[in-house]
Amino acid sequence: MFKFTHDTIERNVGLMIVLMMLAISIGGMVEIIPLFFIKGTVEPVKGVRPYTPLEQLGRDIYVKDGCYLCHSQMIRPFRDEELRYGHYSLAAESQYDHPFQWGSKRTGPDLARVGKKYSNEWQVQHLIAPRSMVPESVMPNFPWLLTTPLDYSDIKDKMRALRDVGVPYSATKAEYERNVKKFGPKVAEMLKISDAEKNIIWQVKHGFNGVPGDYDGNPNNITEMDALVAYLQVLGTMVNFNKYDNDQFVQYR
Amino acid sequence: MSQENEVETTGHVWDGDLQEYNNPLPRWWIWGFYASVAFAIVYWFIYPSWPVAGHFLTGFDTVTYVNNKGEKKTVHWNSRAELMANMNQYAAKQKPYFDKIAATPFKKIKADPGLNDFIASSGRTLFADNCAACHQAGGQGKIGFAPNLTDDDWLHGGTYKAIQQSIVNGREGVMPAKGLDPNMTDKQATALANYVLSLSGEPHDATLVAQGSALFHGAAGCFSCHGANAKGNQLIGSANLTDKIWLWASSPGAQTKAAKVEAVKQVILTGINDPNSIHKGVMPAWKGRLSGEQIKVLTAYVHDTLGGGE
Repeated sequence: MFKFTHDTIERNVGLMIVLMMLAISIGGMVEIIPLFFIKGTVEPVKGVRPYTPLEQLGRDIYVKDGCYLCHSQMIRPFRDEELRYGHYSLAAESQYDHPFQWGSKRTGPDLARVGKKYSNEWQVQHLIAPRSMVPESVMPNFPWLLTTPLDYSDIKDKMRALRDVGVPYSATKAEYERNVKKFGPKVAEMLKISDAEKNIIWQVKHGFNGVPGDYDGNPNNITEMDALVAYLQVLGTMVNFNKYDNDQFVQYR
Repeated sequence: MSQENEVETTGHVWDGDLQEYNNPLPRWWIWGFYASVAFAIVYWFIYPSWPVAGHFLTGFDTVTYVNNKGEKKTVHWNSRAELMANMNQYAAKQKPYFDKIAATPFKKIKADPGLNDFIASSGRTLFADNCAACHQAGGQGKIGFAPNLTDDDWLHGGTYKAIQQSIVNGREGVMPAKGLDPNMTDKQATALANYVLSLSGEPHDATLVAQGSALFHGAAGCFSCHGANAKGNQLIGSANLTDKIWLWASSPGAQTKAAKVEAVKQVILTGINDPNSIHKGVMPAWKGRLSGEQIKVLTAYVHDTLGGGE
């Protein structure tokens, strides 16, 4: 008769690997899985929308160039952070982020609410030569952003991939109508996968989200700088906290 | 060697004679383990812990805070409520100062040494966090970017009221490229630049001044914003061209006469925030980010502490 003993595990490497992985992940599972079933983990709040195609490409550059190595996008509920950066970040605000940019290791300041804090021009100058604006900065120069044309040939694939993991970019008429209801017609237009290239060109020309277009200061071409600045300018600006009581989000924790 | 007889082995035997002791864990470690289990159970009762039916056990500890509507609330302990309580605590400490500042007219704030100290220290922090990125740490500004706040030259006015307005709603400088003359030639722009430099006594080519002056007061339409005397108009934010203070044309930085002419010419040809050229000279509105009192502190800081106020 087969008897399951310690010996069985030790003599069966495959089984041991599976059981080890299970044992290691118990802590994580206990902490993470219940969150999926607790209402209010992602706070109900108005205004949060998926990124426009241009902002999404800017986000990709942000990740590609490693901005997250020094900058977090998570304002914690502490007084010093609130005074410096603004309202603490909500889980809802990163619901369309894949991957999210949370973190607690900051060499540079947190960027969760940097949107609209500075002008496009400031962002451009600061990215080209940070020390020309902030003498004590240790941020590297990113001058190539201004001269590298933005490659948006694969934007539709990127949007489709994000749609597969739950970001409501619209591929059908029904999805578009749903977005009109949820985000309003202006945003819904931006979320159409079929119009992605057109919308990138449009946004660089006209701006979006109350931020003027031509982000990089050169109206004649679309550069990585355009995309990155468009992304930086939307960070943390989607929720209008003035519309809520300052303890509105206490109830969800 | 005596251990061999006292301690059990794991029972395996490798290669005929190789065995492994099965020593028990040290007692202090075992007790430490039980103690931490007990600690966890106590912790579950005090703080939010296990998920239950779409919510979670909230624990018995509470936090009391007052929200922006003045409602006093007591809720189960959580970091967001703790933050509210923390903000309440410090707001109460600052309240006497902020109340006094809100109730005191600017001129009296300046005359009150206690309030002045508060402005100098709290204004300094606010300025460093919000303004220094463009206007630089001491408010000295940056040519080609943001104006110097420590001098007596003001684009939109240097009174308390005007400074407060600039902070609340932001500013956006506008100058059309080539003034009102879209057909302006390069030579005409050169003449204009020489005239503009002559206004503030900078090196220039005197032979071109008459032509430049005619353009300034005529076809190029510069006078309609900068005024016939070129002293600017703070209502619309047009610059005074007769002083030696430059924001866009880096004239002091340009060493030679030719460089100075070129710098001014570039500004004339591209304009500021012209629809067809570079977007610059934008100061964001701060009303959504800073409170009324914070803006008042900053206004007083810029006017009095940095010392450029009118």
